[in-house]
Amino acid sequence: MSEHNAAGEKDSVTGRHTTGHEWDGLKELNTPLPKWWFWTFVATVVWGIGYAIAYPSVPWINTYFPGVLGYSQRNVVTAEVKALEAQRAGVMQKLKAVPLEEVKKDEALYAVAMTAGRVTFAENCRACHGAGGEGRPGYPALAGDAWIWGGKLADIQQSIVYGIRSGHPEARVSQMPKFGVDGILKAEEIDQVSDYVMTFYKPGAAALPGAAKGQTVYAENCAVCHGDKGEGKRDLGAPALSSSVHLYGDTRAAVRAQIANPKQGVMPAWNARLDEATIRAVTLYVHGLGGGE
Amino acid sequence: MAKTEDQATMSKIGKPPLPAPDEAVPASEVQLYANRVRVYPRAVHGIARNIKWAILILCLAVYYVTPWIRWDRGEGRPNQAILLDMAHERFYIFGLTYWPDDIYLLTGALILAAVGLFLVTSLAGRIWCGYACPQTVWTDLFMWVERLIEGDRNARMKRDAGPATLDKAWRKVAKHAAWVGIAFWTGGAWIMYYVDAPSVTVQFWTGQASREVYFFTGLFTVFTYVLAGWAREQVCTYMCPWPRFQASMLDEQSFIVTYQKWRGEPRGKGRRDAEGLVGGQKLGDCIDCNACVNVCPTGIDIRDGVQLACINCGLCVDACNEIMTKASGPKWLILWDTLARQEAKAAGRHERIHLLRPRTLIYVTALLLATSVMGAALAMRSHVNLAVLHDRAPLFVKVRDGSIRNAYTLKVSNKTDAPASFALVLGGLQGGSMAMSDEAERRVPALNLDVPRDAIGTFRVLVYGAPARLADGSVNVSFTLRNTATGESTEVSSVFMGPPK
Repeated sequence: MSEHNAAGEKDSVTGRHTTGHEWDGLKELNTPLPKWWFWTFVATVVWGIGYAIAYPSVPWINTYFPGVLGYSQRNVVTAEVKALEAQRAGVMQKLKAVPLEEVKKDEALYAVAMTAGRVTFAENCRACHGAGGEGRPGYPALAGDAWIWGGKLADIQQSIVYGIRSGHPEARVSQMPKFGVDGILKAEEIDQVSDYVMTFYKPGAAALPGAAKGQTVYAENCAVCHGDKGEGKRDLGAPALSSSVHLYGDTRAAVRAQIANPKQGVMPAWNARLDEATIRAVTLYVHGLGGGE
Repeated sequence: MAKTEDQATMSKIGKPPLPAPDEAVPASEVQLYANRVRVYPRAVHGIARNIKWAILILCLAVYYVTPWIRWDRGEGRPNQAILLDMAHERFYIFGLTYWPDDIYLLTGALILAAVGLFLVTSLAGRIWCGYACPQTVWTDLFMWVERLIEGDRNARMKRDAGPATLDKAWRKVAKHAAWVGIAFWTGGAWIMYYVDAPSVTVQFWTGQASREVYFFTGLFTVFTYVLAGWAREQVCTYMCPWPRFQASMLDEQSFIVTYQKWRGEPRGKGRRDAEGLVGGQKLGDCIDCNACVNVCPTGIDIRDGVQLACINCGLCVDACNEIMTKASGPKWLILWDTLARQEAKAAGRHERIHLLRPRTLIYVTALLLATSVMGAALAMRSHVNLAVLHDRAPLFVKVRDGSIRNAYTLKVSNKTDAPASFALVLGGLQGGSMAMSDEAERRVPALNLDVPRDAIGTFRVLVYGAPARLADGSVNVSFTLRNTATGESTEVSSVFMGPPK
């Protein structure tokens, strides 16, 4: 264009060169890119070529050109995680060594345990037990004071490490017989004992039709695990029936269903997923939710 | 004629000095940009100068010495009388400790300072600018150093205009070195208002101080050097907002540095008798020696009347008196006076001084009002503060005996100088009881919370209530916290929640 116009024809009004293009007497002015813009563009091209050589860039069929610098985001993350672990190693080691009951006396260590516990809880436990440990039907509340297997630090720790009915040989296991499905009790006996169990925690439940007869059924079938007065036995994992807190609901229908065809929840063993120090941190955190004994 | 001149004078208040449009130059070619004219103020002696020296020494002494005043606050707390401890969120001013939530007191102090400045300005013009403003004080100090090393006005002008010589070189180097030294001292002292003075001094020189300390020392060193050494009157004329709106505080009854035009004009050198007639008039008292211009730190001519660049320092008063004494002429041609009195004198009348006028009375009222409000706020400042945060997850839990339990995080501020034991009482929840989070089983009607002096204690408190008492799933409750030693108490309301009915 401008070479077509080597003579350098100038527009008389603007004083600018024209491109030599002409349409019905209208001539086009030559308006080149600003120099700074052009050279910035060239610089980005040069930079782009250098970048493609230095860093991972071109995809091959099943691999990619790794770049001459050997940079990899995965390696960076791995290194950062390693560095973080190294940074935490001291305090986590200490958390592993100090007896659980003693941790609270060391304010700094307890603060670390609480932070680690909170994060770990949010990532692993919240899905079932709720964000604040409030629980939901079938998943025990951890912020309350009703514990099936015990609310002391050691109890909580064992539940986390080995789980409940998790299949781990050390796991806590309790078995509620299927009184209805397996035909151990007759339907009316189940109705009676359901009425009787209600009397443990519901005012006025003594008036229920089966309450009186249910007492005998209870004494023969249930008391051995749940206790004479429904106080429960933690070493057997038998929940207290006299408590106001019921894992599967406190209506009569819920009670009857839990006798006839009981549901039994599973808690995974966490020792395969979390390291010892982390489990201790979660233990302290759960204990501190407000229900720890 | 006189009328127009007065209007011209008044119109100069609050307007930057622009070059007067020359009638020969078309309006389109008037340059709005003017190069800075370098000011070489001459040394002067007299009453204004003496007052200025006294205030300068006082201000600098207060600034440099204050951080070193000690104040015993006991173990674990800074023993510096005035310390704005940003890192620990406390302002210590002698016996008082300010918490972040007392920041309104700072607002009050700033309001007091502003109204005080308005009052002083309406009474006596910009004496803040002329005497006490840090820009004036440090510029004055820097000029004094300059005069010591480079000599007075004439010597400096001559040397600056002359060729580069060894004499010129060493004087310039010495001057700037001295300036940087003072600027560094200033920047260093600034830091000491924020961190303990003796320890930061040691830390500074051993490289142990924080990055912030070095940064702000450097920042204030640079700005002191640039503003007091180089920018000087440019700060007052172009950077500072105060001259732009001071016109609204000044009126014709304000005492300002004034040239008595009626006495001085027509100015001129020569004989004062009939032989010195100018245009048929006898010469006035002004002998046009330019002393007032030569001493002016902002480089203006006071004889042009009130103007934005005048900082009301009165050095021209001294200069004129000095010359008049030597020339055996009448003194006080330039003095502190009001525009109204000057107008009256020009007309041969006498005008009273009006100190009490609506403007000043309003400022005084505002000042008294602000002072009493701030005084009351300071005196009645609470020394206990309670913040209650209801747990969000879970909002409530049911416990074995059938009660509902809510958990709250309580932040208790003990602003007193002694460790305090607070009694916490729950209100609004019939049959309610409380327990500390780590003693959930020990339910009591009132709790005891211990907080160290000058500290915040954080407590997780559990509240138990019967579900039967909850209307609509929630009920308003209150926590009353009482310092058992001082009896001071505070009440905060919150909510107790349970399952909806």
